Amino acid sequence: MLGLNKKDTSLLIVVAILALAAPFLLNPFPTNSAMAQFNAGYPDLMQRFVIFGIFAIGFNILFGLTGYLSFGHAAFLGVGSYAAVWMFKLLSYNVVPAIALSVVVAGIFSVLIGYVSLRRSGIYFSILTLAFAQMSFALAYSVLSNPKFNLTNGETGLQVYADDPQILHRDGLPDVPHLFGWAMRDNFLELKLGGWEFTFNNGYYLCALIMLVVFYLSIRLFRSPFGLMLRAVKSNQNRLNYTGLNPKPYTLAAFIISGMYAGLAGGLLAAMDPLAGAERMQWTASGEVVLMTILGGAGTLIGPVLGAGFIKYFENIFSKINDNVLHQWFAFMPDGMEDFMVFIVHPFVGKGWHLTLGILFMLVVTFLPGGLVEGGQRLLNVIRNRGRKPADPKDPEHHPKETPHVAE
Amino acid sequence: MDAILLQILNGLDKGSAYALIALGLTLIFGTLGVVNFAHGALFMLGAFCAVTLQRVLSASYEVIDETKVDFLGNPLKVKTPYVEGWFGPEVGGAIIDWAVPLSILIAIPFMIAVGFIMERGLIKHFYKRPHADQILVTFGLAIVLQEVIKYFFGANPIQTPPPDALLGVVNIGAPLSLELAYPIWRLVYFFFAIAIIGGVFSFLQFTTFGMVVRAGMADRETVGLLGIDIDRRFTIMFGLAAAVAGLAGVMYGPINPPNYHMGMDFLVLSFVVVVVGGMGSLPGAVLAGFLLGILESFASTTWATTTIPGINQIIIYLVAIIVLLTRPRGLMGRKGVMED
Repeated sequence: MLGLNKKDTSLLIVVAILALAAPFLLNPFPTNSAMAQFNAGYPDLMQRFVIFGIFAIGFNILFGLTGYLSFGHAAFLGVGSYAAVWMFKLLSYNVVPAIALSVVVAGIFSVLIGYVSLRRSGIYFSILTLAFAQMSFALAYSVLSNPKFNLTNGETGLQVYADDPQILHRDGLPDVPHLFGWAMRDNFLELKLGGWEFTFNNGYYLCALIMLVVFYLSIRLFRSPFGLMLRAVKSNQNRLNYTGLNPKPYTLAAFIISGMYAGLAGGLLAAMDPLAGAERMQWTASGEVVLMTILGGAGTLIGPVLGAGFIKYFENIFSKINDNVLHQWFAFMPDGMEDFMVFIVHPFVGKGWHLTLGILFMLVVTFLPGGLVEGGQRLLNVIRNRGRKPADPKDPEHHPKETPHVAE
Repeated sequence: MDAILLQILNGLDKGSAYALIALGLTLIFGTLGVVNFAHGALFMLGAFCAVTLQRVLSASYEVIDETKVDFLGNPLKVKTPYVEGWFGPEVGGAIIDWAVPLSILIAIPFMIAVGFIMERGLIKHFYKRPHADQILVTFGLAIVLQEVIKYFFGANPIQTPPPDALLGVVNIGAPLSLELAYPIWRLVYFFFAIAIIGGVFSFLQFTTFGMVVRAGMADRETVGLLGIDIDRRFTIMFGLAAAVAGLAGVMYGPINPPNYHMGMDFLVLSFVVVVVGGMGSLPGAVLAGFLLGILESFASTTWATTTIPGINQIIIYLVAIIVLLTRPRGLMGRKGVMED
C-alpha cells in the first residue's frame, strides 16, 4: 500500500490506530480514581507527544541514517516557533500559513548552518552545531530584541498582541489559532462513559494527522535509494569517496530535511499555544531530542516516536509528584521507613526530573545503545527461545567428534 | 592607548578560565581520545569546593552574651564560628577570610579523586565505542552532576568573596605612568592561571613521566609494546586534567558567584576555544583561550555594543565560524587529528 511493503504498511497502520485512538488508550483509569494521575489522555500532553515525535523522527533522519550527531537541533525548533508566531501577528490566526512558513524558515536556516557545519565531521560537527544553537539562543534571547529591532521579544517571549496588524483577520474567526475557523484549543467531542472522560481535541488531531504524514514520508525516505546512500555515509565515507560519489550533497540534504521536520514541530508548538520563547533553543532542548532518539532506538523507524512519548510522559508524571504524593505511596510502611523512602525518592521527582533524565541518559547509552526497540527485540528473542529447547550442544556440525578411546 | 590596554586586561580573566578548561579538554582528548562533555561540570565542582569550604569554616555555634541586650531587654545571642572559638578571633577570622585560596588545598585531592573515579568507573568502558556514545554519556554525566549540585546548593548564585587583602582595585599602570585601575583578584587569577599552565607544560616537557605521556599521545601502541603501562599514566593525566578544571573553578568564584549551570556556560565556549585553537594542540588551546577572552572583552565595550547591538554575545561563535571556514584545522591544529 502507498508504495510500502507489507511490514511497513502494517507498522504505519498500527501507528495510525495508536495515534487516532490515543484519547482512549492513554486514559485507562477512571477520572476520580487514585490512579488518574497516571492518565496521559489530556490534550496538552497528547499534543506534546506527537509534536516531539515529529521532532525526533526528523532528528533520526540525520542521526540514525548518517550518524552525524547534531547537538543544536533545538535551534530549528525555536526558529519554527518564531516564524509561526510572526505569521499569527502579521496575517491571521490561521495555522496553515504559520506552519508553512515555519517549515520554510527552518529549512533556510538549516541550509546555512548545515553548509558550514558539514564541512567537518565527527566531534567537530557536534561542537559546531552546538555553537550555532547557542548563538541562536543568544541572538533570540537578547541581541534581536532591542527597541530598534525587536524580532524575538527577548525574555518575555514572542506573542500576539491586540494591536498587531493581522491583515487577514475577519470578525467571524476565533481569536485563537485555528484551521479555517476550527479553533485548535477546542474539543470536538467530550465523551463521558461511566467514570471515564475522553477528550477529543482539534489541535491534537491536526498534529496527529501531520505526524502520520511525516512518519509515512520518513518510511519512504528510509526505504529509498537516497536513504541507502545516507546509510552508506554512516558506514564508510572513504569507500563512498573512492567509488566516485560525493557524500556532501546527501548529508546536506538529510540535514535540511531534518531541520524542516524540527521547524514543523516548532510551528505546531506555536499553533497549539501561540507563544515562542528563546528557551526552546537552549542546549538542554537539543540534548532532549538526542535522548528521545537514542532511548527509542536511533536508526529505527518507530524508535524516535516511542522515545519522545516515553520522555514526555515521564517528564509530566515525575514533575507532578511531590512529597505529599510520595507519603501516600509509602503510607503502608512503618513511619520511619516511610520517611526514609520519601527522603530517598524525593531528589528524583518533582523538580528533580532532570536528575532522573541524566541518569536515564547514562544508563541507556551504556547498557542499551540500541534503545527501547533493541531492548524489545532482545526480550522477544528470550521469550521465543524459552519455549523451544536450546540448540543441541552436541550438534555434530559444530562440535568436533569425540576422539575414540585408545583401548577401543 | 589606556582604553585598549584596559580591554586587553579585562579579557585576561575570562581568557584564563577558557584557557584552563580548554587545556584540560585537550589533555583528555590527546591522551584518551575521549571528548569530555562533563568537563564544564568539573569546573563547576571546583567552584563548589570553595563554596563548601567556606560554609564549613563559617559553621558557628550560638552563645548568649549577657553583657548585650536587644531592644526588648533580652540577652543577645552571638554567633561565633567554631574556627574562631578554637584558634581565637584573629587567626580564625583570617582562616575564614582566606577560605577561597585555602580551598585549593582540598580541591586538588578532591578533583583528582573525582577524575580517577570518572575515568575508571565510566569512561574506561567507552574507549572502543563511537565518539557519539562518548559525547552522550559524558553529557548525561554533566546533567547529573549539575542537578546534584542544584539539589544541595540551590539554583541561585552563591557569593564567595575573596580575602579582604585581595579585595579592591590596584593601579597597575603606575610604572608606565598610565591610569589602569584593575581588580586585584583578577590579577591574582591571571597569574594563578599562568602558573598552572606553566606547571602543566613543564610537567609534560621536563619529567620522565611527561615524556612517556607525550610518547603515548604520539603512538600509544608502541609505548605499550615497550612494556610501559600507558593506560595507568593516562588515568593519572585524566585526574590532572580534572584538577586543572577544578582549580580554574575554585579561583573563579570571587569573579563570578558560582551557580549550578556555570559549567555548561563555560563548556560550550571552551569547546569553541578548542576548535579554534586546533583539536589536540595544547599551545593552541591556551593561545585561543586568551585570544577569544580578549576579543570578547573588546566586543563588550560601549562603542562595539552600540554599533552592533549584542555583538559581545555572539562574537566568539562568529570568529569560530570564520576560523573553521578559512583554516579548518584551527590555528595550531595538525594534520590527521580527528580527521575521520
